[in-house]
Amino acid sequence: VTVLVWLIPIALGMAAVALVAFLWSMRNGQYDDLDGAAERVLLDQKEDRPVTDDSRRR
Amino acid sequence: MQPGTVPSEEEIRLASRAVEDGVLQTDLSVPSAHCGACIAAVEGALLRLNGVTSARLNLSTRRAAVKWQKDGPVPPLLWALAKAGYEATLFTHEEAGADPEMGRLIRATAVAGFAAANIMLLSVSVWAGADGETRNAFHLVSALLALPAVIYSGRLFFLSAWAALKSRRTNMDVPISIGILLALALSLYDTMQDGPHAYFDAVTTLIFFLLVGRTLDHLMRRRARRAVLGLARMMPRGATVIAPDGTRTYKPQTEIEAGARVLVAAGERIPLDGNVVSGAADLDAALVTGEATPVAARSGDAVLSGMLNLNGSLEIKVARRAGESFIAEMTRMMEAAEHGRARYRRLADRAAALYSPFVHSLAAAAFLAWMWGSGDWHRSLTVAISVLIITCPCALGLAVPMVQVVAARRLFQRGIALKDGSALERLAEADVVVFDKTGTLTLGDPRVTECSVLPGRDLDAVAALASLSRHPASRAIAALAGTRSRPQIKEFREVPGCGIEGRINGSLYRLGRPDWALGGRPAVPGTDKALGTILSRDGALTGYFEFSDIPRPQSGEAIEAIRGLGLAIEMLSGDRLEAAARMASSLGIEKFRAGLLPQDKIARLQELAREGGKPLMVGDGLNDAPALSAAHVSMAPASAADVGRAAADLVLFGSGLMAVPEALRTAVTARRLVRQNLALAVAYNLFVIPVALAGYVTPLMAAVAMSMSSVLVVANALRFPAVKERTATDRMRKTASLRTAEVAR
Repeated sequence: VTVLVWLIPIALGMAAVALVAFLWSMRNGQYDDLDGAAERVLLDQKEDRPVTDDSRRR
Repeated sequence: MQPGTVPSEEEIRLASRAVEDGVLQTDLSVPSAHCGACIAAVEGALLRLNGVTSARLNLSTRRAAVKWQKDGPVPPLLWALAKAGYEATLFTHEEAGADPEMGRLIRATAVAGFAAANIMLLSVSVWAGADGETRNAFHLVSALLALPAVIYSGRLFFLSAWAALKSRRTNMDVPISIGILLALALSLYDTMQDGPHAYFDAVTTLIFFLLVGRTLDHLMRRRARRAVLGLARMMPRGATVIAPDGTRTYKPQTEIEAGARVLVAAGERIPLDGNVVSGAADLDAALVTGEATPVAARSGDAVLSGMLNLNGSLEIKVARRAGESFIAEMTRMMEAAEHGRARYRRLADRAAALYSPFVHSLAAAAFLAWMWGSGDWHRSLTVAISVLIITCPCALGLAVPMVQVVAARRLFQRGIALKDGSALERLAEADVVVFDKTGTLTLGDPRVTECSVLPGRDLDAVAALASLSRHPASRAIAALAGTRSRPQIKEFREVPGCGIEGRINGSLYRLGRPDWALGGRPAVPGTDKALGTILSRDGALTGYFEFSDIPRPQSGEAIEAIRGLGLAIEMLSGDRLEAAARMASSLGIEKFRAGLLPQDKIARLQELAREGGKPLMVGDGLNDAPALSAAHVSMAPASAADVGRAAADLVLFGSGLMAVPEALRTAVTARRLVRQNLALAVAYNLFVIPVALAGYVTPLMAAVAMSMSSVLVVANALRFPAVKERTATDRMRKTASLRTAEVAR
């Protein structure tokens, strides 16, 4: 039983990290252009961030 | 891209928004972009333009965001894309508007998913036989996870249910909220009492599934339609008024009274209805009649607000104030028409209206029956809650939006944008297709169909002349001649209502009406047709041009295919009877009406509706906008005016009309799948309700049953037939390789 005291918080912590990562990536616009991201790897460009609408975030 | 559909600089500016100091962003829809090479080609073409600071193509939404310097001239964005081989249209700000509700839904879904997954993990060990201390500890941890998740994610349901109850209505959210809150309260009570069962997993998975359905549904909901606003925005805000003493002042439109004289320069729109007092000009009446052929206006002619002055300058005596003008009338008509359609109730809403009273009374009856039978309030409450949870409308909530999302994706692959989920339901009901003529069945700009000028010096001269004028006939001639060497022109002059002239290599060329171009001599027989235009050199006839509007690609096939689907076809045109009759017979349309004003089109649609028909209106012009709003469901080609596009439920991005039967077929398939899904959900409920009423539902069963039904419904929706047509994909591949080759060069 004592091992659960450690394991459960660890499990919850891992899941929480995943949740925070998801929320961050969504806000960051990582899902805005999934098809484009796959193709852009092949292009010779320096800037590869997805376009985000700056006016909306402000 | 046809010259007639390229938006003006003003329009581009209006559709843009400021993002940083001195930089504007314009969104363009580029439906034909589909591969990595397209990214390079589109962005490259845009970045090469002067003043463009950044260009970015989003391949998922097929939209390009272009940032450009505000101070310089408007870069020819659409022209550059057309040259690179991509048709593009302006994507207005209203369509692109931010959607805070979507973010809220996704965050709530993520939190609910997080809590549901973790609680399920703990529950599995409880079901596997964890006992005593361990079970209590797990229940406690579950409670700590569930409580904030329910408060955060569940508030969307609670607020909606509360709003419904306050206005003495009931909706789907009421039984959901009661179920969630009761189950949560009972589980908390049992956790405190060290009871064997807790429903935290059921509560959170319920919220999670419902939110997934809600998010998908929101994706399909109509976006705010600002069609009417767009109409008002196209109009000039004011006009130059000439006072009786001759002084000129610029006054806002609303302050101009009937009887005032206003000045309209070339390139401006006529602000108010009135009569021409002096001057002459060709007017583009597309806004009013939808026809591309300009009308000549001379002294004494009546003109309507919204007509565009192509050349020449006019002085107009105002006949009506701004509130009574033609444009104001159109705006009112559109608003009135919108109300009619708002009466349509979506299938999911109709299902919910039947569903929630049924579930309420069933749960209440179960509680009372068990109370009467056993007298154990805890047991009775557990049964009532399990009825509420097991009949959860998860599957019902997913049944409709899931199919619609898949259908919308299929339509998008075919170049059809769906603006509203209910449009898909309405489209499936359509039984008569009503087409507008100009711009919908036809391309909307005159093309040269006959030209007797021989290639060489004269043709070069006429092309050079025509390229200087904005008249649609001139543009058609300029497009015909292409971009060959253009000789120098001296003394260019545009004579409104007559034509254009200029001196090239010492000879005076005139292009225009026969009597004017030949300097008063009678016209050569056979050339004086509707748009008969001749070219003369030093007063002698050198050749004539004839124009006509050519049908859109695939018009005939599309009409054939729509008939094959069992729908009737009608054509409503604002054009002259002969022109409409010619087009109707060439496309095989038997029923048509010509010479209609916008209100006549609405009247015809209402007549059809009274006879029990559900008309699908396909139109493009501003004059069609009220009809598009009035029809049961409507479509507009992407080349349509901004307002028409905003008023329509579906927008066709390709140039072909085959998309219309395609969309109809997809809608019918979607309706079939939705009905199957609803039947599945109901059948499933009929199966589990007796189990719940008998009191045999354990937390494990509730969790499994709930997930199963949702998965079943989603799987059924994904059966939606894929895009099959091989020729289309082949064509795509061919153009793709061509473009790659272009890029490589």
